[in-house]
Amino acid sequence: MSSVAAALQHHFADFKQQKESAVLGMWSFLVQEVMFFGGLFVTYVVLRSQYPHAFAEASGLLDVNLGGVNTIVLICSSLTMAMAVHAASTGNRGGIAFWLFLTILFGSIFLGVKVVEYKEKWDHGLIPGIQEEGLKFDHETHLPRPTGFALYFALYFAMTGLHAIHMIIGIPILAILAVNGLRGKYGPEYYTPVEMTGLYWHFVDIVWIFLFPLLYLIGAHGAH
Amino acid sequence: MSTPTHQASPPHEEENYLTHDTSIQSWLLTKDHKRIALLYLFSVTLFFIVGGVFASLVRLELLTPAGDLLSSEFYNQAFTSHGVMMIFFFLIPAVPAVLGNFLVPLMVGAKDLAFPRINLASWYIFMVGAGFAVFAVLTGGLDTGWTLYPPYSSTYSQSRVTWAVAGVFVAGFASILTGVNFIATVHRMRAPGLTWFRLPLFVWAHYATSLVMVLGTPVIAITMVLLGLERVFGFGFFDPAKGGDPVLFQHLFWFYSHPAVYIMILPAMGVISEIISTFSRQKLFGYSFVAMSSLAIAILGFLVWGHHLFTTSQSPYTGILFSALTFLVAIPSAIKAFNWTATLYKGSVSWETPMLFAFGFMGLFLIGGLTGLFLATMGMDIHLQDTYFVVAHFHYVMVGGGVMGYMGGLHFWWPKITGKMYSNFWSKLSAMFIFAGFNFTFFPQFLLGYMGMPRRYHSYPEEWQVLNVMSSVGASILAIGYILPAIYLTSSLFFGRKAPVNPWGATGLEWQTASPPPPHNFHETPVVTTEAYDYQSLPLSATPEPAEARHV
Repeated sequence: MSSVAAALQHHFADFKQQKESAVLGMWSFLVQEVMFFGGLFVTYVVLRSQYPHAFAEASGLLDVNLGGVNTIVLICSSLTMAMAVHAASTGNRGGIAFWLFLTILFGSIFLGVKVVEYKEKWDHGLIPGIQEEGLKFDHETHLPRPTGFALYFALYFAMTGLHAIHMIIGIPILAILAVNGLRGKYGPEYYTPVEMTGLYWHFVDIVWIFLFPLLYLIGAHGAH
Repeated sequence: MSTPTHQASPPHEEENYLTHDTSIQSWLLTKDHKRIALLYLFSVTLFFIVGGVFASLVRLELLTPAGDLLSSEFYNQAFTSHGVMMIFFFLIPAVPAVLGNFLVPLMVGAKDLAFPRINLASWYIFMVGAGFAVFAVLTGGLDTGWTLYPPYSSTYSQSRVTWAVAGVFVAGFASILTGVNFIATVHRMRAPGLTWFRLPLFVWAHYATSLVMVLGTPVIAITMVLLGLERVFGFGFFDPAKGGDPVLFQHLFWFYSHPAVYIMILPAMGVISEIISTFSRQKLFGYSFVAMSSLAIAILGFLVWGHHLFTTSQSPYTGILFSALTFLVAIPSAIKAFNWTATLYKGSVSWETPMLFAFGFMGLFLIGGLTGLFLATMGMDIHLQDTYFVVAHFHYVMVGGGVMGYMGGLHFWWPKITGKMYSNFWSKLSAMFIFAGFNFTFFPQFLLGYMGMPRRYHSYPEEWQVLNVMSSVGASILAIGYILPAIYLTSSLFFGRKAPVNPWGATGLEWQTASPPPPHNFHETPVVTTEAYDYQSLPLSATPEPAEARHV
């Protein structure tokens, strides 16, 4: 497989060294991602501990069903991603493209649902700094919102927005991998790009596994 | 250090990394770590000049007690621009991205860093970030102080905060990618026989620095995102009127920005370890302690950020903890200083230019470090917070430490990087100008701060003028010290004597390949059989050049 031999970069002694370097580099990068999201989670912890009731009340306005569906969709996309890595490691061209296509599909469904949710927040005036009526007054009872209510939505958009940006970056990479996979660039000797992208994709999914309960489920007990 | 490769001796016809392809494209698309190091060298030098111009404006204004030369608004912009350019676009990349980029692969006996394309990308990302910041500084100015504290930065400042915040955010990823690259390289690219405890201490220092870059920089990045959202959309995370917490910003900011000091100082310490052992012609005393102290500083550096918040709403009990942890940083720092000193003992010490910078580092960093303990003491800090004492302290650490290390390293490896020797006389003069000028500039500021002169004002009571004039005169001497290298280093490129393979008679793999090195560093992958700094078994061919190389 000449294309595989060409995939060994000049400064590595062999494929083993190249792959080990890539794996270590990717994990280091994911550590930095943990710290990147970590700053947001710290902000969440600090502000929620100051306004637990306002956060619970605001959380009650999210659609748990849509969030739950999205959680399942993302977990499915992690499964198909893992299948794609497996297909790449066995050199199964059609398999790589098929599983990556499914991963892209699930990722797109997730983002589509997110658009629906954001649209709903827009309609209810829950966008800090842009559409704020709903953040100031409850449109049914006309009571003012408690302090911290708007902060919850600021965090909601910052956290889910940053998560969505990570998915939007991931999807074109998956598409490139699918094309390369069809062309037979990956096989048992060399499938590092698929595996590394897999690590990234799983990481993005895991972030959502934390976001879902912290944002959607805290209103479940005793908000009203 | 390893079996020497004598094939590198015919220096005339051999192609090196500078000459093998000279097209502009070959530079802008290069994946060679040595060329990327040079791209960084030009860039950080440019930003050093920008930052230096603003520093000159600050010192000119402070010549007289009245705020006459610059308006208070422009004075705010001057010191802010000075800080932002110097910290984010000079000090943080200077040693790792220039010297580290050039030397880490050479020192571990590799052909390149683990990820050459990412290395090139990091330079472009850095330049985009720097472009934003320079745009902010030159078009609308930035007047928040480099610390960007809200609510001033988020709500009230009329200057180009958003652009500067974007610049810091983007440039941060350059730093992260450099760190990732170094970590993978040190773990996976070491030459056969080069075990962890045979690594030069420069590599250990860069490894520790990389950990700080990868763990710390993303936090400033997300903090900049939050600040940007706050400023553009009024999200309110840091706005008390909306229930937010301005002190939260300070916590997030210093969680990175305190460790960032170690991004500036740790690699410089690595440089000093190399220089001290080379010019003492001894194995560095306490090698493993010096190596581990780098890691200890990197780890402890993450636990001390609260000492910047002693005068905020932070609880005094938390403050006690942060104060105690800050004192702990003195231990690994002192381990380094004492081991360097012990290396000199019974060493065959020679006074080459890099060694002068190393001695300068030791003196200045000692003062910088010890005055840090004053500031870590909570009672003292209440008095000294936001005074010139703090300004003097961090200049002693970051300039006295970081820049002295950078200058020392640049002079130490200049023959390797360019293949040319520079003037001994002028370089030693420069080292002495910098040392003298630096002390003249910043020592008076300790006194001013102790007397209560606050930082960031363009006017002051008349009784402080003498010390301020001393400081400004010192800054002029310092400026001459920095302008000199620009002249003699540049002229060495054209008129300098050709550098031998190993002009200082140093150990280390980088001294066993040609000066400048061939495109792929080594003709054969070196095999390492001994520990670092093995001066006892150094072959005779590698002893330093006699006569004119050693003496003025």
